[in-house]
Amino acid sequence: MSLTRKVIYIAIGLVILLGLNQVFEHGLGDFQINGYYARIVNLIGIAITLAVSLNLINGLAGQFSLGHAGFMAVGGYSATYVTVFHGQQIAGLIGSSLGEVAGSALVMPISLVVGAIAAAAAGLVVGVPSLRLKGDYLAIVTLGFGEIIRVIILNIPAVGGATGFTNTTPITNFFWIFSMAILTIIIVANIRSSTFGRALSAIREDEIAAEAMGINTTRYKVMAFVISAALAGVAGGLSGQLFANPLNPQNLNFVKSIEVIVMIVLGGIGSITGAVFGAATITILPEALRDVDRQFPGMRMVIYSLLLILLMIFRPQGLLGRKEFSLDWFRRKKAAPAPPAAGGDTDV
Amino acid sequence: MSSAPAPVSVLKVDALTKRFGGLSAVKELSMDVKAGALYGLIGPNGAGKTTIFNLLTGVYSPTEGTIVFKGTSVAGLKPYEITKLGVARTFQNIRLFADMTVLENVMTAHHIRSRQFLIDAVIGTGRHQREERETRDKAMELLKIFDLDSVAGELATSLPYGNQRRLEIARALATEPSLLLLDEPAAGMNPQEAVDLMNLIKWLRDEFSLTILLVEHNMKVVMGICERIQVIDYGKSIALGTPDEIQKDPAVIEAYLGGA
Repeated sequence: MSLTRKVIYIAIGLVILLGLNQVFEHGLGDFQINGYYARIVNLIGIAITLAVSLNLINGLAGQFSLGHAGFMAVGGYSATYVTVFHGQQIAGLIGSSLGEVAGSALVMPISLVVGAIAAAAAGLVVGVPSLRLKGDYLAIVTLGFGEIIRVIILNIPAVGGATGFTNTTPITNFFWIFSMAILTIIIVANIRSSTFGRALSAIREDEIAAEAMGINTTRYKVMAFVISAALAGVAGGLSGQLFANPLNPQNLNFVKSIEVIVMIVLGGIGSITGAVFGAATITILPEALRDVDRQFPGMRMVIYSLLLILLMIFRPQGLLGRKEFSLDWFRRKKAAPAPPAAGGDTDV
Repeated sequence: MSSAPAPVSVLKVDALTKRFGGLSAVKELSMDVKAGALYGLIGPNGAGKTTIFNLLTGVYSPTEGTIVFKGTSVAGLKPYEITKLGVARTFQNIRLFADMTVLENVMTAHHIRSRQFLIDAVIGTGRHQREERETRDKAMELLKIFDLDSVAGELATSLPYGNQRRLEIARALATEPSLLLLDEPAAGMNPQEAVDLMNLIKWLRDEFSLTILLVEHNMKVVMGICERIQVIDYGKSIALGTPDEIQKDPAVIEAYLGGA
């Protein structure tokens, strides 16, 4: 894809996102989007960022991490901290304030970058010692680190401690959530279809052979871990400044990490479209089952768990397996299968 | 010593010892592999041949002794560092990347020669696209040599056993080595496949100007292609010479058939 075409695609994408954002915030003519649905759509966007980023380390590199909520917390608190304590100053630089469109449009990306960097740093600190471990041991260590991060935040009064970070200004909107979700998908898809993605897959398949083929396995594991953590930090920064969902250490414990794991396992571990699908399903399902709960209290979680158990029995590889959903599925098979295109995002 | 001008040593091993607890798997081993050689390493089961390979490629680090590859000491280096210097290997128990295609297996091995940065891949720069194309072309060329180009899109583990062995060699070659270590390349092949493989190994050596070190149990293969053979028993070198000399060596006969 040439540079001009890339720029054009990005411009078209941004215009569409901005247009949708306008509809989300202010409606279109008489049409108003129900706030409840709008909130679910926004939560799906954040879940997509989380699931797709976790897929990089868990699905592609095959290193089972259970600490994603921890990195989300680091990113979320750092980003929100920037906005709460320095937001007005930053917005003041262009003569605006946090409540205005221009001001928040400047503060939001800055806070997200800070969140990403903080989470990446935490990922590096956690990743370097723990990625020497494999399988269950790595899962336990990352779980432990996630909890350590949470307990540390719990004891910082400046960010609300156990009450949560509540005095925030909600500047996250549909535009930021979905541009970050799409950015995450692009980053992970491009890494996967590159030589770095193949190196990570090789580590997943056989570490000894990967080393023998000249791949510095530790370095690439840490690299994937850091990128994954940074993107989780972005998701944290988005959700921390979404009014409906203020930061609270209780919501960022290991249950949250497991929820993200369930998303990628459900969609098919290693599949990006699978992760998107899983993120949407796991976000919608508990809401959709609320009606059931009204009639039979407590049934919601029973059905939710049953669905997951049935899925694991009948389709343990997840709904999509390692495959990617693509429009080609609906087309008739050509006489000869085309060779995989360079930079293509389909698993062959 | 031969009277012909001696070519340079590619691999020089001196007094190499590896102990696992009280067991010495390799004892005081010395080797001198000249450039362009086809060097065979044989010995009864459990003699320590694979351990030697693991020492040479950095899977284990030696207890004592030196390993010098093209003038650089590689003892104690990590496997990926040794591969980068130009040593590639295959495995006795095939270790292909199972969930990747035949083509991807070979392309993965070329990663080490990649000159792009992560950011190139993330934003898809021209360098990334050019390199990706080159890697793909090179991998396809290698697959053609091994007659695997028609199955490039298949999963590596879906290939028949003999082809998996050949794919391992193709993958090793994709790292652009100057020394190739083959661990029982003919294992599990029928006589015809073994003969084809012998010819292929010879041809590869000349075509890619490689030095090849191989461990093999199939004596027909070893005697047929190796120019020098070293016999290992209980981790010690017991004989070194041409195939003819080795076949007549009393120590070798004793090691294989048992002493009187």
